[in-house]
Amino acid sequence: MSASNLHVYVMAAPLLTAFFVNLLGRVSKSWIAPLTLGCLAFSSVTSIIVLGRVMAYGGFSYVVGNWQAPYGIELVVDHLSAVMLVLISVVALIASMSALKSVSQELPDQEYLFFTLYLILIAGLFGLVLTGDAFNLYVLLEITSITTYGLIAMGKGRAPLASFNYIIMGTIGACFYLLGVGYLYLMTGSLNMADISQILQTIDGGAAVATALAFILVGLWVKMALFPLHGWLPNAYSLAPTGAALLAAPLMTKVTIYLMVRVMFSVFSVDYLFLQNPMVQNAIVWVAALAIICASALALAQRDLKRMLTYIIVAEVGYMVGGVWLANSTGMTGAILHIINDALMTLCLFLAVAAILYRLGSVEFDSLQGIYRKMPFTMAAFTVGAFAMIGIPPTAGFFSKWYLLLGGIEAGQWGYVVALLFSSLVNAVLFFRIIEIGYFFKEGEHHGHEIREEAPLMMQAPLLISAVALIVVGLGSGPLVENVIKLALPTGF
Amino acid sequence: MDQIMTLIIAKYNYWIYVTLMMIGFYAMIGKRNLVKKLIGMNIFQTAIILMFVSAGVKVGAKIPILDKYEVMKNGVQAADIVNPLPHVLMLTAIVVGVSVTGVALAVLLRIYREYGTLEEDEILEKLGK
Repeated sequence: MSASNLHVYVMAAPLLTAFFVNLLGRVSKSWIAPLTLGCLAFSSVTSIIVLGRVMAYGGFSYVVGNWQAPYGIELVVDHLSAVMLVLISVVALIASMSALKSVSQELPDQEYLFFTLYLILIAGLFGLVLTGDAFNLYVLLEITSITTYGLIAMGKGRAPLASFNYIIMGTIGACFYLLGVGYLYLMTGSLNMADISQILQTIDGGAAVATALAFILVGLWVKMALFPLHGWLPNAYSLAPTGAALLAAPLMTKVTIYLMVRVMFSVFSVDYLFLQNPMVQNAIVWVAALAIICASALALAQRDLKRMLTYIIVAEVGYMVGGVWLANSTGMTGAILHIINDALMTLCLFLAVAAILYRLGSVEFDSLQGIYRKMPFTMAAFTVGAFAMIGIPPTAGFFSKWYLLLGGIEAGQWGYVVALLFSSLVNAVLFFRIIEIGYFFKEGEHHGHEIREEAPLMMQAPLLISAVALIVVGLGSGPLVENVIKLALPTGF
Repeated sequence: MDQIMTLIIAKYNYWIYVTLMMIGFYAMIGKRNLVKKLIGMNIFQTAIILMFVSAGVKVGAKIPILDKYEVMKNGVQAADIVNPLPHVLMLTAIVVGVSVTGVALAVLLRIYREYGTLEEDEILEKLGK
């Protein structure tokens, strides 16, 4: 294991293990848990070592098959992608503990199929974060999407229909991205991101490069479910098997936002994006503000906890897209910090949902009555997650929202600031409603002896870990921003 | 008018790809039958393949298979050979397209078993009951 290809092992571990899970899982179920947890633990440890190395010596890259860049495919790791590697591997590790339990209940005898796709999805996410090649990024985007289609379609009832809608929308998104890359290739003759960015500075791209940027952005927005293009997400994530939602909900949208940041600043330049086209930048912040308000309003209308959370995810996408396009370093810091925090918050809330579903079989509001007495630990962790989502200090959600607000004020984008405050208020209403339902019974109903019936340890442990992580990350926001995020900002900030 | 015609004729391959893409896009958004949506998706992908492949074409150029000794003697004249890279990229894109189609067909099979139809309206009607 030499130092310069350490990050390749992070990606290779889940990819190779996926095949063993498929083979050995057929023979005996007892293989699945140790293989999955083992390879993800290996990835987590390795990615933390990669982050340490990047912090000490700066970024490095590895060319696959020894074909030198710009012709070969480069796997690059810098501060931002190292942070994302750690985030993905840790979230995946925590989520898979709970997923193992929930899948064995929801999809008995299909576990080996589920976890094969699950691990390939994780490998695809690692690849997306690492790749330095624009076309390779398209292929990896489709690897993550195809595995997600499969995972969603394993759900019950309407899940295949939701999966089919996602296939149609996801393909449109990926094809738009591919078209954008095509235009860039026609203009520059290169597919390596760093190489394209150098060539773009020397040529006058004109309309063709602007078209490329537009296609790539719209393609990624479909994939990340920015508000008017979000149609596929609520159904897909709420009907998917709980184990799949546990992984997809915290990671998929966040990684796509990382991709947007990567393409914006590694291929195009700050100068081109913000200074030459202030109108576009302004318009996108407004779209993000609109996305936050509309998605929050839609969340209010839901009567099912899981569906409500999916609409909150759509609102959070607006936060981060707006933060990136505010075009100042405070907003950018907020957006990157929010990628981390939102992944952890969503993970915590979905783990709580998984635990409740395991015991009750439903997370509709009506069935949540008296849940605090039934599952006190689960609901305590859920409350921490809810507070983070609302943005109550000292949970992590407060600090990134604070940066985003400051960035919005600094940029003079009042629409965005109002949208953030509105969404925080709506989140407060949403979660306090659930807390109220959970604490009290309907009047006149008699629940003398409510039996305490907690979820199994395999589901509670990750939930409590993620709740504690929210508070730890929140309290450690200062050093985290100073030592890691500041270095991870794209050049020009 | 003349200018527009010359513009269209000079870059006709791009116009064909845009037209094909719009047909595919219409089928994906407008059609109510799920299989037609899937076929629209394939047309959409094919349009992009056409765009890439036609970008590699050079008028009067040969296939990019070179005689080693000739190249060692005279070097490569880039204008004489077709650019092979877009074709290679599209091989990968075709593989991706086939896998997506495969997954989509499998999902359609499950939908058909569940509802007994692939018309979106009829499925929604059954769900509404």
